[in-house]
Amino acid sequence: MTSNSNLSNMRRLVEQLKLEASVERIKVTERLVSQAAAELQQYCLQNAAKDALLVGVPTGSNPFREPRSCAVV
Amino acid sequence: MWPVWSQTNQTSNRLCSCFLKMACQGLQKGETLATLKKECESLKKKLEEDRGKLNDVELHQVAEKVEVVGALSIKTRRVLKGHTNKVLCMDWCKDKRRLVSSSQDGKVIVWDGFTLNKEHGMSMPTTWVMACAYAPSGCAVACGGLDNKCSVIPLSLDSNENCAAKKKTVAMHTNYISGCTFTNSDMQLLSCSGDGTSALWDVESGQLLQSFHGHTSDILSLDLAPSETGNTFVTGGCDKKANVWDMRSGQNIQSFECHESDINCVKYYPSGDAFASASDDATCRFFDLRADREVAVFQKDSIVFGASTVDFSLSGRLLFAGYNDYTINVWDVLKGTRISMMFGHENRVSRVRLSPDGTALCSASWDNTLRVSRSFPHE
Repeated sequence: MTSNSNLSNMRRLVEQLKLEASVERIKVTERLVSQAAAELQQYCLQNAAKDALLVGVPTGSNPFREPRSCAVV
Repeated sequence: MWPVWSQTNQTSNRLCSCFLKMACQGLQKGETLATLKKECESLKKKLEEDRGKLNDVELHQVAEKVEVVGALSIKTRRVLKGHTNKVLCMDWCKDKRRLVSSSQDGKVIVWDGFTLNKEHGMSMPTTWVMACAYAPSGCAVACGGLDNKCSVIPLSLDSNENCAAKKKTVAMHTNYISGCTFTNSDMQLLSCSGDGTSALWDVESGQLLQSFHGHTSDILSLDLAPSETGNTFVTGGCDKKANVWDMRSGQNIQSFECHESDINCVKYYPSGDAFASASDDATCRFFDLRADREVAVFQKDSIVFGASTVDFSLSGRLLFAGYNDYTINVWDVLKGTRISMMFGHENRVSRVRLSPDGTALCSASWDNTLRVSRSFPHE
């Protein structure tokens, strides 16, 4: 019947719209600056402890330190 | 980005009116029609909401709750003297100790950064050696400049041997070489030039593997993406554009035009998901590759001289930027604020580079010297 096929067509169109909406939403999430910024921030914080210029170095571990003077015994 | 949205909106509008027309063609299933119509409308609404989310958020707003960086304790530990004219470029060896530098004086010097010993000194047939790079193996260096060529020089263990004699021409451009880097091995070299192109070369044969076209003026800098993130690199130049390229296809995959003047330097963020740029417009900018946009601008009213070079600290939290007013500004990448300034050079800072283990920063300058700075110990 025509009405049944029309209905199924409409259903198909709604499914198509749903698909489009889900695809666009994924694209949006990828492009969200807040999401990207959160990941940049996370990288910084995760690696902060290893960043010598940021947190400094413990005494004695600096190979560039001034040579200590030696006493002649 | 925006055309996709309006298209979807138009599509959904058309589809909705389609629904209604078909519904009026003698359909008795009123309930089902109403449900479909409602669904259609709610989908449209959702699409509009998502579209609204695409508004600009600055990185520093996201990072509001992050702790402020404490006072930095970075001091110059070594001053490398030997060049007789402006030092234009430098690069670290993977052994975190050796450095190569190139100068307007036509010389390329390999230094031991700890002892200040000059291990090799090579004279190029041209002045203004604007680019130099250390090979990943540590066994060779590449350099180029006004000769329009990029050459690879194997480093001999015998200090008496004349390294320059073994020089091999790899890259050939039609204008000056502004930047060069080895890829993940000694076998391939990437070069960028004042001729507006960059190119990938096979070192052994000198063959051109891929060329990259798109810039409309001189390219001044390139940087290779950290190896984990694949085969891409970024270039910046006098056309104020920063372009990201796919090394295999030669395609320009992303382009950013935000600066108001020449881009002098581009450098990837350590994770490979973003990069920073330094420009004659006195700003440095930060671009996120997935968000496909600029996410921070590092600027101050008091900074009026061009920025010539940038590099990140190991965690990416700090951005070291060298300027034409002889200073290095240290920026908090997340908050967008300046943390401190490093003084010492007596002329423009041409290059700053973090050592491979992130414990030292080397700066090269038009004052003919290089300086290696490190954190001084805390108790």
